[in-house]
Amino acid sequence: MKSLSRIYAIFVARNREFLRDRGTLAWNIVLPVLLVAGLAVVFAGDGRDQYTVGVLLPAGEEIARDAHPFLETRYVDFVPFDDTAAALRKVERHQVDLLIAIDEPVRYWVNPDSPRGYFIERVLLQTGTDAGIVREDVTGDPIRYVDWVLPGILGMNMMFSCLFGVGYVVVRYRKNGFLKRLRATPLKPAEFIVAQVLSRLILILAITAFVYTGTHVLLDTRMDGSYALLLLVTVLGAIALVSLGLLIAARVNSEELAGGLLNMITWPMMILSGVWFSLESAGPVVQKIAGLLPLTHVLDAARAVMLDGAGFAAVWPHLAWLAAMSVGFLGIGALIFRWTPE
Amino acid sequence: MPFALEARELVKRYPGVLAVDGVSFGVRDGICFGLLGPNGAGKTTTVEIIEGVTPATSGDVLYRGEPAGTRFREETGIQFQATALQDYITVRETLDMFRNLYDRRADVDAVIDACSLGDLLDRDNRKLSGGQRQRLFLAVALINRPRIVFLDEPTTGLDPQARRNFWDLVKRIRKEGTTIILTTHYMDEAQVLCDEIAIMDHGRIIAQGAPDDLLRARYPGLIIEVPQSDVVDDLATLEHRVIDEAGVVEIVAKDVSKALADLGPAVRTLNHIKIRQPTLEDLFLDLTGHSLRP
Repeated sequence: MKSLSRIYAIFVARNREFLRDRGTLAWNIVLPVLLVAGLAVVFAGDGRDQYTVGVLLPAGEEIARDAHPFLETRYVDFVPFDDTAAALRKVERHQVDLLIAIDEPVRYWVNPDSPRGYFIERVLLQTGTDAGIVREDVTGDPIRYVDWVLPGILGMNMMFSCLFGVGYVVVRYRKNGFLKRLRATPLKPAEFIVAQVLSRLILILAITAFVYTGTHVLLDTRMDGSYALLLLVTVLGAIALVSLGLLIAARVNSEELAGGLLNMITWPMMILSGVWFSLESAGPVVQKIAGLLPLTHVLDAARAVMLDGAGFAAVWPHLAWLAAMSVGFLGIGALIFRWTPE
Repeated sequence: MPFALEARELVKRYPGVLAVDGVSFGVRDGICFGLLGPNGAGKTTTVEIIEGVTPATSGDVLYRGEPAGTRFREETGIQFQATALQDYITVRETLDMFRNLYDRRADVDAVIDACSLGDLLDRDNRKLSGGQRQRLFLAVALINRPRIVFLDEPTTGLDPQARRNFWDLVKRIRKEGTTIILTTHYMDEAQVLCDEIAIMDHGRIIAQGAPDDLLRARYPGLIIEVPQSDVVDDLATLEHRVIDEAGVVEIVAKDVSKALADLGPAVRTLNHIKIRQPTLEDLFLDLTGHSLRP
């Protein structure tokens, strides 16, 4: 109980400090709105300039270019798929223009509503000399780039807010002696850290919900899954990112160093976690590295819920990763935490 | 009676610097204990070791006979020399927050009253003047009804009026039975407030006791000041202790009439002399051989 009262005291004070700093608050809200709005205008289409063709193959097998003359077509991104259902979903959503299986006979799936599908189908039929080629139709609405990128932007905003918002603040507190002042009270490091996590969590949830609702209403973005699950993804993601921020700030004394470290962590996530573009066709090494970054799991899970209507069963590995990362970051952070610069 | 607080053989070594070099002292309940010394003497480091904010290289701190721990944190209040408060938070909110960190809680209104913060309650911490900040820091230090209060150079940077007000405040707290540990480089402040002092220099305690006792032991009388320009003879032959200061010669006189009679032939005139009580300033100067480095 005493512990809760101390956590609550720090939590409330931190919330007030954040909410009254109007400049920072406005920026936290305005930036993502501007980004989403800007992208919606710039990428009015689906944001891809190359044709994408899915190739159905047994797991682990690579695409053999000489298996069919169509596979030698230039300016087409051939992506291997071993899960037919998942691949068909992509065709449904216009994310893959055509899906092909080099069997006897050759089979392909195309979305009759997709202009890109129509064009790439013409190319296939020109290059192929196959008799008895089988066409199957897949129907569904396209996923616009703005639908796809919205979770990315919300996630990115969350990442910056969690990492810089918490990391910088703790370093500033340490530098100006506020932490030293707290050190002289019965407050424990774990209590201080929990209060910081909770404060940032509540604020980031409020801001993200606000920006999401605004974009959803204005741009009619896609939401196929459950809001409760999306909330769970957001909560776990925010906790993992705040914990990472606290870990970085656990004993750093200078804002410059903290800034450098935070940049070192945020930029790989910006690029490798799939904020702006999908990493489906990236190499296995890149995918492995991406799998180590918390934001990757946040975005993969959020997109699965929002765009594919995925349920808990489909996203729980991501959630488990985020929870494990949070525990690890927080544990180490509390262990090495320093109140005063030494 | 055991000490309320005791420091035993504290040592703090930073790379290349021995900041605190074997400091020991005990503080009895209910007194105002002053730790004096010039800047860089090791006062703040010593106090921060005792407060548990800086780890010692070696040595022990005992609170009521036990190693200082949770109980110590709960029962002490600290006013640091250089700390910040949160921006965008008001005075009232700051006090509430700190109060909620303790099990022991003072009556907020009484603290606000004692520290004259009544008119500032809704003011943002960023908009407080130096004196107002110091009063808020003191209020934060008192918010848990502490049995011991640490005040680290509390009046540095305050104007004379604000300093005097602050002294009155400290006297009131002391009257209520709170033990006070004060560090300062103002000797007049120590003289006004402290029951006991320890003078530090170069990381060591060089004198310790009640200010009056220390002064009496060192100066069995008054001090006569003579401008150097009035001196015509060598004063070193006088049987009184003579201290040379820049431009002024000071003579420690047990018997003032005799000293004046002795002094007569050696000076051009007695018209410019000053006779005064010895102060801690004199003592410090005398003990360390150098002037204060404020």
